[in-house]
Amino acid sequence: MALEFKNLSKKEYNVTFIAPFSLKLKPGIFNTILGPTLSGKTTLLRLMAGLEKPTSGEIWHKEINVTKLPVQQRNVAMVYQQFINYPTMTVFENIASPLRVKKITEKEVKSRVHKVAELLKISPLLKRRPDELSGGQQQRVALARALTKEAELVLLDEPLANLDYKLREELREELPRLFAETGATVVYTTTEPSEALLLGGYSATLHEGRITQYDPTQSLYKDPISLVAAKTFSDPPLNTVKVEKNSEGIFLEDGAHWKTSKYTNNPNGNYTLGFRAHHLKLFSTKNDDLKLTGEVLVTEISGSESFVHLKANGNNWVVHTHGIYNFKEEEQIEMYLSLSNCYLFDTEGSRVYDE
Amino acid sequence: MAEVRLQQIRHSYNVDAGEETEYALEKIDQVWEDGGAYALLGPSGCGKSTLLNIVSGLLQPTEGKVLFNNNDVTSTTPDQRNIAQIFQFPVVYDTMTVHDNLAFPLRNRKMGNAEIKERVKTVAEMLDLTASLNQRASGLTADGKQKISLGRGLVRSDVNIMMFDEPLTVIDPHLKWQLRTKLKQLHRQVGFTMVYVTHDQTEALTFADKVAVMFEGEVVQFGTPEELFLSPNHTFVGHFIGSPGMNFLPCELDEGFLVFSGNRIKKSAPITQPETTKKIELGVRPEFIKIDSNGFPVNIIRIDDIGRYRIVKVEHSGYFFNVYVPEEFEVPTENLRVSFDPQNTHIYCDGWLYDKKEPS
Repeated sequence: MALEFKNLSKKEYNVTFIAPFSLKLKPGIFNTILGPTLSGKTTLLRLMAGLEKPTSGEIWHKEINVTKLPVQQRNVAMVYQQFINYPTMTVFENIASPLRVKKITEKEVKSRVHKVAELLKISPLLKRRPDELSGGQQQRVALARALTKEAELVLLDEPLANLDYKLREELREELPRLFAETGATVVYTTTEPSEALLLGGYSATLHEGRITQYDPTQSLYKDPISLVAAKTFSDPPLNTVKVEKNSEGIFLEDGAHWKTSKYTNNPNGNYTLGFRAHHLKLFSTKNDDLKLTGEVLVTEISGSESFVHLKANGNNWVVHTHGIYNFKEEEQIEMYLSLSNCYLFDTEGSRVYDE
Repeated sequence: MAEVRLQQIRHSYNVDAGEETEYALEKIDQVWEDGGAYALLGPSGCGKSTLLNIVSGLLQPTEGKVLFNNNDVTSTTPDQRNIAQIFQFPVVYDTMTVHDNLAFPLRNRKMGNAEIKERVKTVAEMLDLTASLNQRASGLTADGKQKISLGRGLVRSDVNIMMFDEPLTVIDPHLKWQLRTKLKQLHRQVGFTMVYVTHDQTEALTFADKVAVMFEGEVVQFGTPEELFLSPNHTFVGHFIGSPGMNFLPCELDEGFLVFSGNRIKKSAPITQPETTKKIELGVRPEFIKIDSNGFPVNIIRIDDIGRYRIVKVEHSGYFFNVYVPEEFEVPTENLRVSFDPQNTHIYCDGWLYDKKEPS
């Protein structure tokens, strides 16, 4: 029951909302679409649901072309950022609503609702109405409804964005497991890289309507294929710097360089080096560490970690480190960067490899 | 600029309910020093917005006093208090230019044109808005608009306190970083007393010198980010600060030792009032549990790879807890043993930190 998108795109008034993309979603897998606001996440979900007519391309489900099938004939459930429930119905009736059109016995309805309510820890609330619930509880009801529907495709559009941080943490942990049991294919959108990492499964990075990479979440994070994918999947922002590669090694603007035989298979010239904030270290830990200096802009301390924002080689970088380092503004500090922790991109923004 | 004192503040939204009266805020006593950066951190419904509204004068507290520089302002109106407030959704005059938005509060105060121009220029520079001064505010992105809200407070010289109510909620993660550091730099530059209200621990901890953690209408701890991390006063603080939060496990005190499920963790004095204490727990953060071949055995339940580190959920004699493992360390797949850092394992009696200075 793989779901396949073939060359799907959406254009309106000559503006491209979603550039043509092809994607095969593995059945029963949790997929996260990661991208900033206005990158096209919601449009993408609406295309997948059939709520939006594609400008080009086809959607195939179980080897059948469903592109022209109306949304009510597709087995799809969707949950939105805003908590949407039937306000006049009890929580029980809200969760039972997808079953009411299925003509199943009252006993079966009851048993299914109770099972799902149990999973989402809302059993004590079944007799209440949505307006008597907190935001977190309301979203649990909406998720429960999506679960009882037993849809093959479940679309979750930033479902946790309006919830408190801690509630988010809790639901984020539960969600993949809840849907894994149903065997549904889930597509979940978010603006937050950390959320994608916690959800696991597969992830796609979306940038200006373009899917830039689709891979298992861990490999996408550790092995981005382009500068734009690396930037999309980075929090704090990816540190970058222009470098020049020549026969002696890789040189930063200020002359600091690695004498290295790495990347020798690539032509000499200009590249962009990208590295994550936690790989820029305050102490040397590796043999190939390059010593760099920078000027502190501001330091943020989170209780156990520090984020040191600084200017170096004409760029703004962040050092994310364990421990508390309260540097003063304009203080000059030393940092260490290992080439093995860096990604190298060509002038087009494609990743180049040391092979 | 002002020092803010909250004395014995209590607030109820149903005062007339007699015995049934419920308090949204209980016993709030706070001193916010002139020029300090503070945060009110807590989940929805903890009373943080109620408290903010009491400080700004939108709400009269049922009991207690609000003092600015030792002057009682409890019964004054918001405009008499000279507050600048920045809300979750940017409040800008869409039809005006960025310049006129920033000049608006000064024109209302009948300031001379030359001075207005000078101040707007300075603030625009601070906020990197110089290039868009002549643009209409409606054309700006969410973070640009939020900068204007901020700028309208910064241009004024009469601001006693600047308050932020979840100001980064509608801002994308990448821009959040920029705006957050900007805010921090601005605080250093202008030296206003700033109070930041949020449910997001990262925002609160990185912004504030001191954070008031609120829970069910009370401030359960008022401390520096480091204090909140290292010695949470209450299990709620331990749970709320940190991702994932502190582990809480049942424990016993035996022959001068703190014992978890038969494993001696550290030396500990006996609890002095056992008859009044119903529940004793130990609290230890995932960061202070080490993989240690001399430790006690645990079963791995799950490993979550967060990129920079992994959270390993483990089990020991029916109890579950999280262990933090940095990227550069391997997690052995079998015979995993761990130990708790004695210095950073605390005792909690009925939810409260028992003794901050224990023999170790």
